[in-house]
Amino acid sequence: MSVLVGSDTRLVIQGITGTEGTFHGQQMIDYGTNVVAGVTPGKGGQEALGVPVFNAVSEAIQHKNANTSVIFVPPKFAAGAIVEAISAGLDLVICITEGIPAADMVKVNHALENKPTRLVGPNCPGVITPGQAKVGIMPGFIHTPGTIGIMSRSGTLTYEAVHQIGTQGMGQSTVIGIGGDPIIGTTFIDMLELFAVDDDTEGVVMIGEIGGTAEEEAAQWVTDNNFSKPMVSFIAGQTAPPGRRMGHAGAIIAGGKGTAKEKMAALQSAGIQVVESPADIGQGMVEMLKR
Amino acid sequence: MKIHEYQAKEIFRKYNVRVPEGQPAFSVAEALSAYDTLGSETVVVKAQIHAGGRGKGGGIKLAHSRNDVEALATQMLGMNLVTHQTGPEGKEVQRLLIETGIDIAQEFYAGIVLDRKESKFVFMVSTEGGVEIEKVAAETPEKIIKVWIDPEDGLIATQAATLAQALGLQGAQLDSGVEIFTALWTAFIGLDCSLMEINPLVVTKSDVVIALDAKINFDGNGLFRHPELQELRDESEEDPAEAEASAYNLNYIKLDGNVGCMVNGAGLAMGTMDIIKLKGGEPANFLDVGGVANPETVANGFKIILTDPNVQAILINIFGGIVRCDRVAQGVIDAMETITVDIPVVIRLEGTNAQQASELLERSPLDFIVANSLSDAAEKAVAATFRGAA
Repeated sequence: MSVLVGSDTRLVIQGITGTEGTFHGQQMIDYGTNVVAGVTPGKGGQEALGVPVFNAVSEAIQHKNANTSVIFVPPKFAAGAIVEAISAGLDLVICITEGIPAADMVKVNHALENKPTRLVGPNCPGVITPGQAKVGIMPGFIHTPGTIGIMSRSGTLTYEAVHQIGTQGMGQSTVIGIGGDPIIGTTFIDMLELFAVDDDTEGVVMIGEIGGTAEEEAAQWVTDNNFSKPMVSFIAGQTAPPGRRMGHAGAIIAGGKGTAKEKMAALQSAGIQVVESPADIGQGMVEMLKR
Repeated sequence: MKIHEYQAKEIFRKYNVRVPEGQPAFSVAEALSAYDTLGSETVVVKAQIHAGGRGKGGGIKLAHSRNDVEALATQMLGMNLVTHQTGPEGKEVQRLLIETGIDIAQEFYAGIVLDRKESKFVFMVSTEGGVEIEKVAAETPEKIIKVWIDPEDGLIATQAATLAQALGLQGAQLDSGVEIFTALWTAFIGLDCSLMEINPLVVTKSDVVIALDAKINFDGNGLFRHPELQELRDESEEDPAEAEASAYNLNYIKLDGNVGCMVNGAGLAMGTMDIIKLKGGEPANFLDVGGVANPETVANGFKIILTDPNVQAILINIFGGIVRCDRVAQGVIDAMETITVDIPVVIRLEGTNAQQASELLERSPLDFIVANSLSDAAEKAVAATFRGAA
């Protein structure tokens, strides 16, 4: 078992003929991900990375039975690409693109309502189930199959957590970057629901950051649902000044809200082990599992 | 992206949002000529800086004569305006807005922002105008009335009426309120704004609803749709190093500490700042060099960090995923051959080809401090600030 992506993933790459799509597409294939098709409007009929290119996602479903897409389309066209994937009825859409206007994401979110499609991202590194499928831009080789689920709003900080979990002799069940934008598809709570029922996941690492209330909501969910798997959390931005956007569009302390301090307190009161240092994530999980 | 009040009001005029008559002034002479053109005995002289709380700081004053305008303009231009939003160092006033005085009957607040929880834009009004809205939100949240905007329909007439009624507007005032709310939403969505605030929004004694203040922030991700907005950018409002960094496509934010950081990825960059603090140091900056840490990016990163005289050591923390550590290491070596870096540099490279990278660094004649973990790196960088200070 695993969540979101695995050996049953049949991936279509939207934007396969672009620089990013080509580079990361090859990396995903090399990792063993089952890439079945690509989509670039106007380039249907060609072949890329050894798979057929279609004009539309619906054709990739029809001809190659794709069930998941990953999007490497420039910000201008990315929202349109997500909406196309939703309309085509894919189970899972993972959008890597950074820089999509908020107004576009409001529309995407609206298009997702009452649809079976799950969106991950945008502005995220993607999802990996080690040893099975890598759908995104993370370096595959740092991961090892195991029992710790990792979810994060960051990219490289997620790799740091993966590395530490690995160094401690544990591996990962599934690792997901949920994205650094103010509006994202899959949330921490959505992931907790999935990890809760995944027998392969024994513990969960949550990497949050300043801005918004996603961490507080996750803490509340943990309390309300008696989530019993050991959890370790780190919140980036304890030293971030208010009112400044720290790289990610969503990482900003606005009107005194969204501070690391508030988030850490909420998580602690939900029984989650909160580490102050990003270097203690792996060690924190070891301690939680001993309890 | 932030713009000035007078620029926001010019935009409002284009979208038929009522604002007082006014003209910007960059000099005392321009302020006087604005006064003559406006032809109103009483005007308001408003300092234009990218920060709120100007009134309390002495940046908004009434003038009842031409002489008043001259005196106020002379005093305000070049003055350092300190408000609760500028920080103690304040901001230099370089532009003024000279505006016709308005007979105010009532003051309100109106604003549009993204509600992250609902994933929708929310239009908010409050009868508590002219004060800090954060305070109202914290102390009397029931005094803020909100409507969430459907992305398909936009702000519909009944919602605009709900907002106007919430402010107690009636008759001609109500119509004027509905009109201005509708126009504000059209401007907001039409220009990819990320925030719009009118504080105060006022009803005049002749029952007209008018935007007495105007604050607009644009969504940086939406700017590609509005290239004309670029010229509204006032670089003098930005930290020079931050502006230079953005020209290099680097994401830099200056802080007050002495440990400079160069990191790939925003989350890891924040985490690196946090661990420096935990190890007893103070981060001097946030710097995300992004995915491509090549010699040029690294060199630019060094240049930016070194513009800050407080920096006594630099910590480079790169988790190489797609970007290979040996290439980053080579980038650092090449950059340090072109730029004089005379303070200690601590390097921690982890991920793809980390082994080759550390061999490269060790073979180099340059004097690096190589760290083998995040914790080790932060400790070494903090310790090095003592060496760098000496």
